Amino acid sequence: MPTLTYRDALNQALREEMQRDPNVFLMGEEVGVYQGAYKVSRGLLEEFGPRRVVDTPIAELGFAGIGIGAAMAGLRPVIEFMTWNFALLALDQIVNSAAKMLYMSGGQIPMPIVFRGPNGAALQLSSQHSQAWEAWLAHIPGLKVVAPATPADAKGLLKSAIRDNNPVIVLEGEILYNTKGEVPEGEYMVSIGKADLKREGRDVTLICHSKTVTITLKAADALQEQGVAADVLDLRSLRPLDEAAILASVAKTNRAVVVEEGWPRCGVGAQVVDVIQRDAFDQLDAPVLRITQADTPMPYNKQLERAAKPSPEKIVAAARRVLYLE
Amino acid sequence: MATATAPPQSQDQSQTELHRQMLRQMLLIRRFEEKAAEAYALGKIGGFCHLYIGQEAVAVGSLTVLRDDDYVICSYREHGQALVRGIPANAVMAELFGKATGCSRGKGGSMHLFDVDKRFMGGHAIVGGHLPLAAGIGFAIRYRGGDQICLCYFGEAAVNIGAFHEALNMSSVWKLPVIFLCENNRYGMGTAFERVAAITDVAEHACSYDMQAETVNGMDVLAVYEATQRAVQRARKGGHPTLLEVRTYRFMGHSMSDPLHGVYRTKEEVEEQKKRDPITQLAHKLKDDGVLGQEGLDAIDAEVHAEVDAAVRFADESPDPAPDELYTHVLAD
Repeated sequence: MPTLTYRDALNQALREEMQRDPNVFLMGEEVGVYQGAYKVSRGLLEEFGPRRVVDTPIAELGFAGIGIGAAMAGLRPVIEFMTWNFALLALDQIVNSAAKMLYMSGGQIPMPIVFRGPNGAALQLSSQHSQAWEAWLAHIPGLKVVAPATPADAKGLLKSAIRDNNPVIVLEGEILYNTKGEVPEGEYMVSIGKADLKREGRDVTLICHSKTVTITLKAADALQEQGVAADVLDLRSLRPLDEAAILASVAKTNRAVVVEEGWPRCGVGAQVVDVIQRDAFDQLDAPVLRITQADTPMPYNKQLERAAKPSPEKIVAAARRVLYLE
Repeated sequence: MATATAPPQSQDQSQTELHRQMLRQMLLIRRFEEKAAEAYALGKIGGFCHLYIGQEAVAVGSLTVLRDDDYVICSYREHGQALVRGIPANAVMAELFGKATGCSRGKGGSMHLFDVDKRFMGGHAIVGGHLPLAAGIGFAIRYRGGDQICLCYFGEAAVNIGAFHEALNMSSVWKLPVIFLCENNRYGMGTAFERVAAITDVAEHACSYDMQAETVNGMDVLAVYEATQRAVQRARKGGHPTLLEVRTYRFMGHSMSDPLHGVYRTKEEVEEQKKRDPITQLAHKLKDDGVLGQEGLDAIDAEVHAEVDAAVRFADESPDPAPDELYTHVLAD
């Protein structure tokens, strides 16, 4: 199986889907001539031309809405946001137009559109460029939200997203783009809504997604050295949420820690904890703990930024607490 | 427009028929909206309900120009456009009543009328939010190489929101076949346009986007018709968008919860504007042309009255959506 970067896996998914379906097009800032702010769209302008690889002005609300309008008329747009931080300007279109079109038209207008781009913090980009929006987006009925952690999932989930007849949010990550992994060639799809058990253990369930998968696996390694075997569950999809996978793991371990990049209040982890307390109450041996970003804007200073973010050490400490080892 | 030679008789007849049809459609809207107001007062229609009374010439004059395969997209004051586009009065009224037989199955309501078969792509209720959607529909038309156009209606208050400028800019840059038709009825809810807009001639905004524009008397259905013809021609031929500012006036409040003239405009102003009633104007013209007398007019009025009465009965007798409809159409299969 070929080894690809996450960036090239996304590129492959886009290329294959654009080859397969002439209705698929890519639109966003710098996606064409510049080859993508993070080079995800490298070579696509040359292969598909400016009709299907469309450079836009810096006008997120406008081009998100244009994508939605094109989907109303039967195309399958892929809208790239340079980062999800800028997509807040487009939130009205995503929430009020894309997510509700099918419903308020009484089922007449499906909305096959993908909104994708990097989400969450990279390194020292400070407050306005270091935000994880999945809790906001997963709140909205009518959207699907996926957050691939590996190159294979990036390809498989993006292909599934493009073929889905609903608006799908694909959350990527600047620091994921260079990561490498094996990626199946050709027709490789990952079902939206299925979590992936990355590692099996019996003592504690560590639940994570996107960039936090890497640090959670590191934490699981460290716990292993301390004699603690962790289940590591990568949610992959936040809406729909694979509740069955969460409950199956907790039924086995009776303890859980939920990790995410976002802020603690009303976060993805809060939703996961709600599922666990409701449907696995009798199986719990300890309160579920959460690891999140600090409840602050992201600071620029390197040490402060490190302190704000989830880390393997924080996850290990939380796992030890739910095991009553501290 | 004056011509040196008289048009042939057949063209004359088709003109007459066109004018008669326009009058009928304006009357249909007027009577429909009057009934909607009654039904609202009776509690049969809920939520927000924005009536089109006074603005009928805009929808009728412009939509008469379109082909069946063109697209239409509107703001939340769209009952008139829906009727002219050919959504049956029954289905529109039933939607206002929230019934399963409504054109959006009772899930959209007054502000979200849809009929995809008529390429009626919705009423949209976030001011200005549907202008980028219109540009997107234009983008899809151009993408496929079609010669359809998208006609987008919005109020003058939408001109102050960013989405207007983003949509016009990209439509012009990409030569999208979209007509941005601004129904300037002078008031965004209760705020007079000149109180909140630095440029009050909406058409002037087109300069910023190197776009064709025209200002039209929206109380004259034929003027709206002719200006729309010119805009449609530009859009079909070269995909050039147009900004049409159609100056109109609403005779009713902003919505059903707003009194007739409120504190933001005077009774005298409203009464003065009613003298420009687009229906009366066209009726006078047809009378002067010797095309339609009082009797003919009364016959048309009786006909649309019957149609609207039937729509109210239909809506009233229609079932509510089944309880499980709450959870359908959240996601497509």
